[in-house]
Amino acid sequence: MTFELFTFYLFAAILVFAATMVITRKNPVHSALFLVLAFFTSAAIWLLAEAEFLAIVLVLVYVGAVMVLFLFVVMMLDIDVATMRAGFVRNLPLAILIAVAMVVEIFLVIGSGSFSLENFASPPALPADYNNTRSLGSVLYTEYMYPFEVAAVILLVAIIAAIGLTMRKRPTTKYQDPGKQVRVRKGEDRVSVLKMDAED
Amino acid sequence: MLALTDFLMLGAILFSLSVAGIFLNRKNVIILLMCIELMLLAVNINFIAFSHFHGDLVGQVFVFFILTVAAAEAAIGLAILVVLFRNRRTINVEDLDTLKG
Repeated sequence: MTFELFTFYLFAAILVFAATMVITRKNPVHSALFLVLAFFTSAAIWLLAEAEFLAIVLVLVYVGAVMVLFLFVVMMLDIDVATMRAGFVRNLPLAILIAVAMVVEIFLVIGSGSFSLENFASPPALPADYNNTRSLGSVLYTEYMYPFEVAAVILLVAIIAAIGLTMRKRPTTKYQDPGKQVRVRKGEDRVSVLKMDAED
Repeated sequence: MLALTDFLMLGAILFSLSVAGIFLNRKNVIILLMCIELMLLAVNINFIAFSHFHGDLVGQVFVFFILTVAAAEAAIGLAILVVLFRNRRTINVEDLDTLKG
């Protein structure tokens, strides 16, 4: 067994273990942390498949941003774990049945030899000065320019939607309104001249 | 040598595990979102593997776009979840039946 194969199987075992833990842990915080492990391990597997840029992006964007957001929300919400777990045991046989059926079906298709090394030979190792980021960028910024811009717009929409959904104004809080402050006129708004009789 | 079959089988196992997770945690919206992320990861592994064995970078470009959309989906999903919890004080899927659908 070559070292490459050994690393792949080790990481695959860790990945499957982490995924199993994600779906079976009681505490959502533990699930989120095991999902972090799953993302990290699959980044290592992507490195084995020579997708270096995407592996780093997976760690930075997913582990660094998305999973932190998940942990943040999990800890912010007050979740009653006991009621959430009701029906776990009842659904277990069905879940196992469907999962095993899916795995067997897919294995029947991909294990038939169509994707074996005879048909898909292992690609030759890339030269040492090959730059995955540069070659990915040269495809992304030329051929896929419009999809790239659409992706940017999607992210913008996501930002606006997330802020618009979660922002709320409390009626009791006092805010300054700079527009009103600017429009104040000295004569009418600030100084009022009263007429009154002289007093002794 | 590492074959394409190994990557595809890993993706298949991961995808089935996340489907099982959706069945098991039917009440907890957060775990459901995590299972969807896991599914997208399984699909991405397949894309990367095919890109590697075909020697074609387009698969990686596709993974790039999937990551973008998945990040947007996670952000909006969690925002909806926060608003839901603020209004109903629960994220149990069975309690969300006001639409009577």
